[in-house]
Amino acid sequence: MAELTTLPRLLQRNARDLGARPAIREKDRGIWQTWTWRQYHDQVRDLALGLAALGFQRGERLSVIGDNRPRLYWAQVAAQCLGGVPVPVYQDSIARELAYVWKHAEVSVIVAEDQEQVDKILALRAELPGLRLVVYDDPRGMTSYRHEWLKSYEVVQETGRKFAADHPSYFETEIEKVRPEDVAIISYTSGTTGNPKGAMITHANAIAVADSFRLASSLTADDTALAYLPMAWAGDSVYTLFAGLSVGFCANCPESPETVQRDLRELGPTTLLAPPRIWENMLTALQVRTSDATPIKRRTFEYFRSAAERAEILRVEGKRLPVGLRLATALGEVFVYRPVRDQLGLRQTRWVLTGGAPLGPDTFRFFRSIGVNLKQVYGSTETTGLVSLQPDAEANPSTAGRPVSGIEVKIGDRGEVLVRGAAVFKGYLKNEEATREVIDPDGWFHTGDAGFVDPQGHLVIIDRAKDVGALADGTPFAPQFIENKLKFSPYIREAVSFGHEKPFVSAMIAIDPGTVGNWAERRGLPYTSYMDLSQKPEVRDLIREEIRRGNETLPESTKIRRFLLLTKDLDADDAEITRTRKVRRRYVADKYSAVIDALYGGLDEAVLSTAITYEDGRQATIQSRVSIEDVGEVAARV
Amino acid sequence: MSAQLEIVEVSKSFGGVQAVGRVSLEVRRGEILSVIGPNGAGKTTLLNMISGFYHPDTGRILLEGRDVTHSAPSRVAELGVARTFQNIALFRGMTVLDNLMLGRHVRMKAGVVASFIYWGFAQREEVANRRRVEDIIDFLRIQDLRRRPCGSLAYGLQKRVELGRALALDPKILLLDEPMGGCNHEEKEDMARFILDVNQEWGTTIILIEHDMGVVMDISDRVAVLDMGQKIAEGTPDEVRANPQVIKAYLGDAKGATNGGRRG
Repeated sequence: MAELTTLPRLLQRNARDLGARPAIREKDRGIWQTWTWRQYHDQVRDLALGLAALGFQRGERLSVIGDNRPRLYWAQVAAQCLGGVPVPVYQDSIARELAYVWKHAEVSVIVAEDQEQVDKILALRAELPGLRLVVYDDPRGMTSYRHEWLKSYEVVQETGRKFAADHPSYFETEIEKVRPEDVAIISYTSGTTGNPKGAMITHANAIAVADSFRLASSLTADDTALAYLPMAWAGDSVYTLFAGLSVGFCANCPESPETVQRDLRELGPTTLLAPPRIWENMLTALQVRTSDATPIKRRTFEYFRSAAERAEILRVEGKRLPVGLRLATALGEVFVYRPVRDQLGLRQTRWVLTGGAPLGPDTFRFFRSIGVNLKQVYGSTETTGLVSLQPDAEANPSTAGRPVSGIEVKIGDRGEVLVRGAAVFKGYLKNEEATREVIDPDGWFHTGDAGFVDPQGHLVIIDRAKDVGALADGTPFAPQFIENKLKFSPYIREAVSFGHEKPFVSAMIAIDPGTVGNWAERRGLPYTSYMDLSQKPEVRDLIREEIRRGNETLPESTKIRRFLLLTKDLDADDAEITRTRKVRRRYVADKYSAVIDALYGGLDEAVLSTAITYEDGRQATIQSRVSIEDVGEVAARV
Repeated sequence: MSAQLEIVEVSKSFGGVQAVGRVSLEVRRGEILSVIGPNGAGKTTLLNMISGFYHPDTGRILLEGRDVTHSAPSRVAELGVARTFQNIALFRGMTVLDNLMLGRHVRMKAGVVASFIYWGFAQREEVANRRRVEDIIDFLRIQDLRRRPCGSLAYGLQKRVELGRALALDPKILLLDEPMGGCNHEEKEDMARFILDVNQEWGTTIILIEHDMGVVMDISDRVAVLDMGQKIAEGTPDEVRANPQVIKAYLGDAKGATNGGRRG
């Protein structure tokens, strides 16, 4: 057996050593179906041979589109086994974005989940001359589709089994040919500027990152994970594919995106990766349910929750817990914390990770206080998803953790975080220039994030380096830092702050329709739509208070002075944020330039003209008047 | 190809008002046939006669050659005709899953004693029925609603569950009475997609009453037009669209739409 230097070889190892252990599960018709590593291997083999029989060549690119499904993961591994390259794409992308990626990556085969995705491909067919085969997973509604180039997953696998009869060791021979320096996956970065770029991640990168992830988080084959984050996101590739193959743990695909919360509870995975939004939603849902509970339950919950938080604060400060508090938390563990963890599906978790954006300190503390080992992780697509991770004992809401093994971190010019190591990617596909811009001759990858290393050795990220500007008087201004303070409020969903070369800081805010709607209902405040709700004077007052609270922790000169409430949420379909919800700052500044002028021109009203893009690409423009508000003096507190 | 369902000169009057007068219609196996017409044209009455809720005063209805003119609704259902209602008819307090399981009731054979003992035949039957219901849940993409009481669902979703309840019968012929009434644009598109899928995947014959002309013309193989209880046209969507009598019934003659009130 050759060395385990490529992902297909890890698959062979798992089939041999972990053959009877669960590899992947999918909930189908309400029941969890399990495939062992042996079955996983055979599924991949049959598909790969089918693709080979249909002419798949080394170096060809295969895209997958759809929700997390075992078959779409297998398709990616099948491509890798044949020396091909998987290119996962976001299933909710609009047609223009899909066409760009498929053309740019010269994709020749697409494996699609269902009719909905096949229809998107059909609509783009004329623009994709290189596309020669589309394979679909779910046959539902596909009976009337008759195209030479469209085949069902079963048919391709059947072709593969026939091919195997004539070419007995073809699969194994192809796997032998895969080299560690070959590209294992092309992961398109959502890019806050311009078109997405295809980051080429090699097998060596994948294995390096899987190793450091395993070491930093003590993953074993007994662990279980929930595979529910978009497959096109590098984080899911690292977690479900790379670490899954390397460690041999079991990944679980939820029944549908709507059932994730329930599936999580049923499964009780031992590990979980979730962006801040999910943690915030969990906490919000819990608070809503608490406020609907009977008074005695509510008070019990509130009592033990506050005891847990006091205990957590003492623990973080390294102080001893008073006996009373120790008793309260011990009781709370039995009556409140464990049942709550169970309800959330977190009862069996050894650790859970949050990353991609900062998580509010209150939310962070809540989960840790009820006994969820929540930790922060930091990485980017170009570093194969992982740079640093918090050790169990050093979890805190403000750092990104310690650099993982095999990764060097240093701070470059303008405070930019530089990363070097085996996990740094090979480069951008067909974009030498962009590659040279981010990887310097010494091999350091320029993350574009501004940050520093704290005395404890943890990396701290402040903002995107290129976004850090200065107010007119020269005070440094980090927009994301300010926005995060605002987004810690449950009522604020998105925020964009301005201030570069301006006399003061101002912000555009998109309210969270769920929590603000709930707040309005409790006050008997009627509203019809997001637009209507966002322009209620009461809502403006609510948000003003939230901004004042955020201002408390900001230095005097960068406090937010003026704000307005947007009449719609920022949307990836309108190119205002990326699919991973990062603000596309330049685009937004351009699009809302009239509003920004009004914010700084002392006007108390602005005309907001918003273009809305529907999922099928149609556009509509909506004009509305929004009022501009002064934050005013922070209310005196007793 | 012979007709799966033959309606021969059926008439039905309520008091002095003739809702349906000597209407004949042949429904072919595997087609989507839409019945359209102004309010009160007799569309729902026709559907009620097919499903056995009303019995025609005159005329005959033949289902696969068998005379069902005077059969009870339960008998017609057993023979493979399922329907949905203009006003949703679900058990609001019961979950989606229970409503769908109930839809399979006519397909269950276990008697009181067997059900009481449960283990053995009744259990096997329950499992088989549940599997079929899960297929439908998967088909209609309502996995997240299994345990939700029907009454708590949005209107468009209730319509979808009602379609599921009808499908649970494993019908040969599916009668849909305004499945898109009251739905928004997106819900209509979803429903049209489901109807086409049911028709194509399972070969189910579909008789559809619908007011949204765009949908009717898009998904129907044939269209029959009723006006004041009479069939005034029948043919492909294009033929019907070009028919002068149809244009008159819809646009020209305001009396047709207001005189009889709503009988359906």
